[in-house]
Amino acid sequence: MPVDIWLYFILGFMIIGSIACLEIKNILSSIITIGVVGLSLSLAFLFLGAPDLALVQFVFEILCMVILIRAFAKRSIEVRALQRDVPETIIAIVILASIFVLSIFAFKDMPSFGKPIVRVAERYLANAGVETGSQNIVTAVILNYRIYDTLGEVTVLFTAILGTFTILRKTGRKKRHAE
Amino acid sequence: MILYIMCFFLFLVGVYGAITKRDLIKIILAIGIMGYSVNLFLVLLAYRTGALAPILKKGFNVTMVDPIPQALVLTSIVIELGVTALMAALAIRIYQKYDTFDITKIRRLQG
Amino acid sequence: MQNNFPNEGMSVIVKTITRFTVWLIFLYGLYIVIHGHLSPGGGFAGGVIVALSYVHLTLAYGKNFVMERVNKFAMNSIEAIAAILIVLTGLVGLYVTGYFLANFMGIGKLYTLISAGYIPMLNIFICVKVGMGLYLVFYYLASFKPQEG
Repeated sequence: MPVDIWLYFILGFMIIGSIACLEIKNILSSIITIGVVGLSLSLAFLFLGAPDLALVQFVFEILCMVILIRAFAKRSIEVRALQRDVPETIIAIVILASIFVLSIFAFKDMPSFGKPIVRVAERYLANAGVETGSQNIVTAVILNYRIYDTLGEVTVLFTAILGTFTILRKTGRKKRHAE
Repeated sequence: MILYIMCFFLFLVGVYGAITKRDLIKIILAIGIMGYSVNLFLVLLAYRTGALAPILKKGFNVTMVDPIPQALVLTSIVIELGVTALMAALAIRIYQKYDTFDITKIRRLQG
Repeated sequence: MQNNFPNEGMSVIVKTITRFTVWLIFLYGLYIVIHGHLSPGGGFAGGVIVALSYVHLTLAYGKNFVMERVNKFAMNSIEAIAAILIVLTGLVGLYVTGYFLANFMGIGKLYTLISAGYIPMLNIFICVKVGMGLYLVFYYLASFKPQEG
């Protein structure tokens, strides 16, 4: 079977899974459903010829689910039914449906699936073995040709983790001087 | 082309969740869904029909898929995790102060 | 090494299996990091797998058992030192060739383990930084006690 049919199936599954994730009332079930969506995204990456990305997405999804379950599962384990406002929901659905219909005209001009425009990548694919000496071309791209972007990514991850530490610190400074 | 349209539909499901839901945890999950759809769209742009994964093998000279969007998506996946962890920490602090996750009850900024 | 909190964490079966699987996961993560330029993987995937091995230990034995053995200051320092070493590699490249973050080490032979310049070295730095950072996020999350008031 060609790749297209597998991808239709996986994308349909992801859409149904994400709609189910947002509508389920129990919090633990929603977190597990979004884990299923993430793992099927990893499967889609494998069909699209990106094994590096499939590995990274799989492992990061597991860690994300562990962090979310540890943070939220104990605090709201009962089923909470928050009532929704019906007029706002209908207006949101109408506006998003009109955006979706108008966007079909934009997607007609894109290159068709399977014939990408490769102008920069041809040079990277042809010379990556000789210039960098690495066998994995994606690693050669992120650690030799585009290493400045990797430095920026490490900085952003460092800042996000530093922010998490600051928020979850044990004692604030206000409570110590209680006068 | 239908694959791109389905991918955009997934993005719109995430936007619907972010603007309509009243529960803070559902908003965090909807932002995650938006991130998945954008990553999938970038990798869909890079696929070449009948080509193999971009790893060299001794003695083979085949056509390979485009490696540049894959490098960008690698960066994007890593940053998504950091942002999700930061949002979860903020949500825990909000629960500690206001004792609820309902965004219509979190009104004043308490200093 | 004695266990001061034998009733926390999971059951005895899980604790016995964890003694084997923690080292397997750690070794697998190191394999993916070091072979980053030969097969899919690299620093980010391997770093998260190493962090997951620590998380596995924390989940099986309970957080008090880990909290009295982990030195928080050492883990924070190692993460920061790895980040500084990446920038230092760039400055050495600037000094040697005149371009920031240039590949100043020899290319080597294709398809061998020791090749591709500084790519394996940078993979190891990134693995240490990402692994320590993400495990510390889980550690702070697990030891967060909501205080009153």
